[in-house]
Amino acid sequence: MHSLNLPLKQISKISEIFFVPNGLQCLTPKLRNGYNKRMLPFFRRRSKPTLPDIERERKGPPEGLWFKCDGCGEMLYRSQLEKNLWVCPHCGHHFRIGAGKYKEILLDNKEFDEEIAPNLTSLDPLGFPDYKAKIEKSMRKTGLKEAAIAGVGRIGNRKIVLFITDFGFIGGSMGSVVGEKFYRAARKAIELKVPMIAVTASGGGARMHEGIISLMQMVKTSLGVLEMKEAGIPYIVVLTHPTMGGVMASFASLGDVLIAEPKALLGFAGPRVIRDTIKQELPEGFQRSEFLLEHGMVDMVLNRKELKDTIIRILDILEGN
Amino acid sequence: MGITLLDFEKPIYEIEKRIKELSELIDEHPELKEELEALTKRAELIKKRVYSSLSRWQKVQLARHPDRPHAIDYITGMTDDFIELHGDRLYGDDPSIIAGLAKIEGIKVVIIGQEKGRDVHEKVYRNFGMPHPEGYRKAKRVMKLGERFNLPVVSIVDTPGAYPGIGAEERGQAMAIAENLEFMLGLKTPIVVAVIGEGGSGGALAIAVGDVVLAMEYSIYSVISPEGCAAILWRDGKLAPKAAEALKLTAKDLYELGVIDEIVPEPLGGAHRDHATAINNLKTAILKHLRNLMKLDKNELLKRRHEKYRKIGYFKEE
Ligand SMILES: [Zn+2]
Repeated sequence: MHSLNLPLKQISKISEIFFVPNGLQCLTPKLRNGYNKRMLPFFRRRSKPTLPDIERERKGPPEGLWFKCDGCGEMLYRSQLEKNLWVCPHCGHHFRIGAGKYKEILLDNKEFDEEIAPNLTSLDPLGFPDYKAKIEKSMRKTGLKEAAIAGVGRIGNRKIVLFITDFGFIGGSMGSVVGEKFYRAARKAIELKVPMIAVTASGGGARMHEGIISLMQMVKTSLGVLEMKEAGIPYIVVLTHPTMGGVMASFASLGDVLIAEPKALLGFAGPRVIRDTIKQELPEGFQRSEFLLEHGMVDMVLNRKELKDTIIRILDILEGN
Repeated sequence: MGITLLDFEKPIYEIEKRIKELSELIDEHPELKEELEALTKRAELIKKRVYSSLSRWQKVQLARHPDRPHAIDYITGMTDDFIELHGDRLYGDDPSIIAGLAKIEGIKVVIIGQEKGRDVHEKVYRNFGMPHPEGYRKAKRVMKLGERFNLPVVSIVDTPGAYPGIGAEERGQAMAIAENLEFMLGLKTPIVVAVIGEGGSGGALAIAVGDVVLAMEYSIYSVISPEGCAAILWRDGKLAPKAAEALKLTAKDLYELGVIDEIVPEPLGGAHRDHATAINNLKTAILKHLRNLMKLDKNELLKRRHEKYRKIGYFKEE
């Protein structure tokens, strides 16, 4: 519910009427259509849609033993939430988690057997104001060297290449290192003849601080996808909150199968830019996973707890006869 | 068409106006000849001085200059024949991208071009050159046609960016752009791209993957507009000139960064002051590259294209 950003009182009322515990993705298609046609005006009338400011949202799991759910306001116990893969047991809110956590969730051994290009770090090709300091700060804060990690591991005892971006590192933006790392990960998948899985989170997409060079990483990553497709490598993308801009407009949209986490903000232009351009409020749920599902842009919206099993089943079938 | 003057163009305009006045009087007053010659020389000097020391922000203004030749002008000026094709066969026709079959000096090609529109009415019709997904999908369809009939692609880039709107997102703006990138990387026919004005981020890139990427001298190509960059960095869009410096978005910067292959010279003072020369310069450059690329075996062509994009990136590895 958090993503709708309604006052709590209103949420509980609306959810009683229209929402089942895990949100829209659990509604039957018939009900979803009903939501489209009849309930949207209701939302428009009852609520003043305000868009969540991604920058002000939590960058990662909250600190402390006890904390309030960002979605429903219930008090949650840390270890309980950990076990639940950082999905609120009450409202289904998916807390933002870093790249390292997705690695733990998806891989059998919770760790890469072999990391890909772990020592790539950014240069500052444009001499952009404060870029170096920003990188250093992100390194200290996240313990990562860049906004993506990649490696070879096992999922359901099947060898794969896993590539994950981390929102905590300059918003998960793509500069030269992310582009190069994705490309190398794709080559690794081709070399080992194993599937590739990418988990994405990126606020702005291409990293402004590397200017046109980061824009070109959209081409480089798309080349990685093209080469995988030519080599017959299955490529699955898991879109998490948020995946926008140049990342969404390159490798994140090019998967053979696109899976989205519930209520993730996914799209090209940021909601604020759109609102400022068209000078009108945006419909509720705009650019969220469920919206993309309705418009045919993703294959499914999955609770985080179903991710691993579903990926294993997809890979099994894509392996062919 | 009224004349739009940028601040730094004003002294040049003043002196040129004076020259024009004098030259109209010269038949009756031959004694003015010397003054006219001196003034003409001074005008040239001033122009050279002004245009050799333009800041990046001034170049941004030139790239967006309303009198600058647009895609339509280049297409009309460069081609011996042009047949426009419409529609993406999925949803609609996007007038912000023009696509069609053409001949340039006898070479048969397909042309794609982003068109901003000239007068108010046409600007609205063209959506100010900001494409929707259907525009990118039309471009893709026509490029595919080019591949089937062994026609090279000429792609003309001039957009503030892909349109940020509700319909655009509903119909998969990100998806349309991503698919074009992958598609153009694999297209088995030569692609020559020309950035003629504004290369606005992903919205430009979606038709700008090519074997050769040219940029007009006063064009720009950037991951974000200087205004947008300034708003994010310093929460003040008015600092756009500073952001333009930081973004390194001019043709010269792009060439030095290895993102474009050639800078196409513009007439002194910029393409808007002399459309014919600008168009002819671009036509010459496009023809040269088309002739070279058409000699290449298709596998070699793709190998080179892929190698070029694989190499772009600045990083270190310990
Ligand atoms: Zn909750």
